[in-house]
Amino acid sequence: MEWALFLTFALLAGAAAVGMVLQRSPIYSALCLILTFFAQAGLYVLLHAQLIAFVHIIVYAGAIMVLFLFVIMLLDLRPEDHPPVRFGQAGMLLGLILAALLLAELALGIGPRIILGSQGSYDLETLRMLGNTQAVGRILFREYLVPFELTSLILLTAMIGAMVLAKRRPE
Amino acid sequence: MVPLWAYLLLSGFLFIVGVVGVATRRNALIIFMSIELMLNAVNLTFVAFSRFLHSLDGHVFVFFVMTVAAAEVVVGLAIIIALFRNMETVNVDEIHLLKG
Amino acid sequence: MMGFLLAAVFKIALVMGLVLLAVAYLTLLERKVIGDIQVRFGPSRVGPFGLLQPIADGIKLLFKEDIVPTNADRFIFIFAPAVSFIPALIVFAVIPFGPSFVITDINVGLLYVFAVGSLGVYGIVLAGWASNSKYSLLGGLRSAAQMVSYELSLGLSVLGVVMMTGSLSLVDIVEAQGGNWYGIFPKWNVIPQFLGFVIFMISSNAELNRAPFDLPEAETELVAGFHTEYSSMKFAMFFLAEYANMIAVSALATTLFLGGWQGPLLPPVVWFLLKVFGFIFLFIWVRATLPRFRYDQLMGFGWKVLLPLALANVMFTAAAILILA
Repeated sequence: MEWALFLTFALLAGAAAVGMVLQRSPIYSALCLILTFFAQAGLYVLLHAQLIAFVHIIVYAGAIMVLFLFVIMLLDLRPEDHPPVRFGQAGMLLGLILAALLLAELALGIGPRIILGSQGSYDLETLRMLGNTQAVGRILFREYLVPFELTSLILLTAMIGAMVLAKRRPE
Repeated sequence: MVPLWAYLLLSGFLFIVGVVGVATRRNALIIFMSIELMLNAVNLTFVAFSRFLHSLDGHVFVFFVMTVAAAEVVVGLAIIIALFRNMETVNVDEIHLLKG
Repeated sequence: MMGFLLAAVFKIALVMGLVLLAVAYLTLLERKVIGDIQVRFGPSRVGPFGLLQPIADGIKLLFKEDIVPTNADRFIFIFAPAVSFIPALIVFAVIPFGPSFVITDINVGLLYVFAVGSLGVYGIVLAGWASNSKYSLLGGLRSAAQMVSYELSLGLSVLGVVMMTGSLSLVDIVEAQGGNWYGIFPKWNVIPQFLGFVIFMISSNAELNRAPFDLPEAETELVAGFHTEYSSMKFAMFFLAEYANMIAVSALATTLFLGGWQGPLLPPVVWFLLKVFGFIFLFIWVRATLPRFRYDQLMGFGWKVLLPLALANVMFTAAAILILA
């Protein structure tokens, strides 16, 4: 059952991701990416990270991708005429080498050879007792309080930056 | 139970697709989306490791990545709109002038 | 396992059936109530008191010609109404209708509602884009900006409730609202969280794209906004989605602020439905009473008034919880 769900979500995510890169029309690319995000949220739920799964949908599907669609519509981007992926010979060679390298690296890292570090104290039982959200909140506001506060600075900077950039300067 | 390597493999695949997207597409928006895809592939790794290490630090990191991604998108899209206003294109190959 | 599945399917079928029936009659209710407010009758010809009007409307819409504009993007054009309709229905999966009558109680129920609710905007935006008409596109653009902006205040307005309950599960939130203060006031969240409640109602009205925030479909300037090019069943889907969303928001407001199914004497489900009905009536009343905002007023109000207020509410609630604890 878990494998079936995993395979469904994984195939969906992979196919949609490939679709995003191959689509000529920006809108369809964006839709494919949204599909990937949904499949990924499904995977998060499989990994017992319900909080992350729903925050993921709210942030990515609900906000970021809507912004993307908004900009695509605002600029009225039409599908590109030429096929999106054009490989030169050198490019193809380089790409293949790069892909092979990355794959090799992955293959070395994964499989039975993974050595996990020491186990933390949050196993499924503890999480069920504490509640997923409560547990994450506890860690976020105790051990990671300073980084958490710093992210608010990032957001503030981004907000100001976006307003300055997007504002039409008086001629 | 689905083992860790399955998640890592998927996440690696998504990341590679993202890299290919950045490398091959010339539309600034799609390059952007590919970057989002890469960030998400990393998020998936974080959550998968968290689950198998019985730890929640990965979840917290995912939050930070999401915040950074959101900030990045906001600024990036603003830059794209500003570029389009000046150059009438979002094709990164045609944007090659240093003066605006 | 089988028994569990059967029970789940039965509950889902019951809730879906109820919601769809309510949606059908909501159209009639809205026309009747607005008719009364404007001192006219509203639909009265089909059946006694016009009770068969929704069925007549449904049949009419079913048999109308289905038009897809020549330059429209066919796939997205057909896909968009479904995208706006499905989220409106699946929100009900976590709403508690009675003490043990909830399809599923998940520990992040409120987040689920917001996650699903934030998808409704896609239907509108995609419909606006796929129609390939300037009115639709303008409607779609407006709704994207409007819904993203008001989602912020909507999300922040319920944080006070979440902080007071300490849980995101809607069942927990309802249960925490049982009992009385000083024997008279029911322990509903609307009393300590009145500001949050007002912000919630205003921003959910904006999320629903209803008057006075119905700019995406503003008839006087955009013909019909994002659904200008839609006809037949696809148009009906948008229509149904709008009303299903209205019921969903009313149910959510009831659950979060008015104690859900809690109440004396009457059976819990009846209390729940009564409160939901009250909210629906409020929405209709507001639509009949208030004129439409101008677009810049709408954005200014969302960002400069509602958002700061919602933030202040969160701060204030947090401080109050700290001091009282």
